[in-house]
Amino acid sequence: MSQAPAQTQPPPAGPLEAAQGASWLHRLDPRAKLAVALGLSLVVALGQSWPAALTALAVGLAALASARLPWRQVLGRLAAVNFFVVLLWVFLPWRLGWDNGWQVGLDPEGLRLALLISLKTNAVFAIILALLGTGRVEHVFHALAHFHAPDKLVNLFLFFYRYLHVLKREQARLAWALKVRGFTPGNNLRTWRTYASLVGVLLVRGYDRAERVYQAMLCRGFSGTLWLLDHFHWSRRDTVFCWCAGLVGLGLAILNLGGAVWS
Amino acid sequence: MELIELREVSFAYDGRPPVLEKASFSLSPGQRTGIVGPNGAGKSTLFLIAMGLLKPQSGTVRGLGRECREEKDFRPLRAAVGFCFQDPDDQLFSLTVREDVAFGPLNLGRTRAEALAIVSQTLESLGLAGFEERVTYHLSGGERRMVSLATVLAMRPQALLLDEPTAGLDTGTQQRLEQVLLASGLAWAVVSHDRGFLERTCDSILRLEQGRLEPV
Repeated sequence: MSQAPAQTQPPPAGPLEAAQGASWLHRLDPRAKLAVALGLSLVVALGQSWPAALTALAVGLAALASARLPWRQVLGRLAAVNFFVVLLWVFLPWRLGWDNGWQVGLDPEGLRLALLISLKTNAVFAIILALLGTGRVEHVFHALAHFHAPDKLVNLFLFFYRYLHVLKREQARLAWALKVRGFTPGNNLRTWRTYASLVGVLLVRGYDRAERVYQAMLCRGFSGTLWLLDHFHWSRRDTVFCWCAGLVGLGLAILNLGGAVWS
Repeated sequence: MELIELREVSFAYDGRPPVLEKASFSLSPGQRTGIVGPNGAGKSTLFLIAMGLLKPQSGTVRGLGRECREEKDFRPLRAAVGFCFQDPDDQLFSLTVREDVAFGPLNLGRTRAEALAIVSQTLESLGLAGFEERVTYHLSGGERRMVSLATVLAMRPQALLLDEPTAGLDTGTQQRLEQVLLASGLAWAVVSHDRGFLERTCDSILRLEQGRLEPV
């Protein structure tokens, strides 16, 4: 069996994601972080006022700064999200009208919305990144299970995350197999056909793998339950954090009400 | 009493010539059998049928002295005979080693505390002490193989079915695997292309060719 270089030089324990950090956010219970992330996101997403959106962004950026995540990674992820924000700006703030020919102008209401959505998107994303990016990914799924999210959903996340890495490795192997036989991608039908079959092969292999994984689980007595091994420890720090976050949420909600009257 | 007994089993995958034709195979406690044969001869298929994962078109499968037909008949057999898949990525589906090794014992009704004790004990016996929190997809090829063996041994089986256990292993890891197996005192059937490995670990070797098993 050929093996990717990543396997011949195993990295140290711990997932790729920034879980090894040591900020105060890293030490919180994943359940507290998940609850706060969901709660604050909801409050921010429902907000309609400038003061609330600006404060939320400030809170998010402050949390992100104190999480001390690798900044390159953070910028990369922010860029990915803001790609969609840019798409928004392409359509939302413009007005098209007829006045002896087509006229394109700025629409103040569209502009306001686009700006508000941009602020809120970045605020929510910063909060989520600071809270959920500071722990192992699987802990987020486990926390979901602790909140009695549907088993199917949790299992889907777990399997998806586990086999994403296998899929990535298989994709890399297939890409190498193409390369060593002199394949160079170009903008032609042959390239697209090759990529299509690559995706096809990945799908078929994925299906086969799913079947084998299920068989292996059956061999170990699987009868529908995925077991959660408890390893979360709720401490006073988490209770305090939840209260503080609750107050921040309340503050944002009040700013939102006040702001709505004010604007 | 035989742990596993296949009687005159025939099997063909959809639209292809049969891989097994009236093949018979058995494994009793203490017995150590090696199986060789060309690629595609049906060696893995034999194991899949023995564990009730594939249904033979004809013939009978008996496990722990009873005939097994349905899914539920195979459950006690799977607890007694651990099947280690060829590709550890099929075996290790959890994110951490601890969860994966605990999965089998928990399915067999052990309590959380018992399962965790079994995990550390099993890992230690395989020279994998301290691997509990390791992430399965970051393990090296050899570590992955040993951990998949741990997931099966944690169920405290009487016998093992091993499909190509030495494939892709370096000499050091292969030696450790041999030592662990020989020290376990279990029965096993091993499919392998590595004749040296089979001769060191098995009492008898069978050859699977043209749908049947013959002694070598």
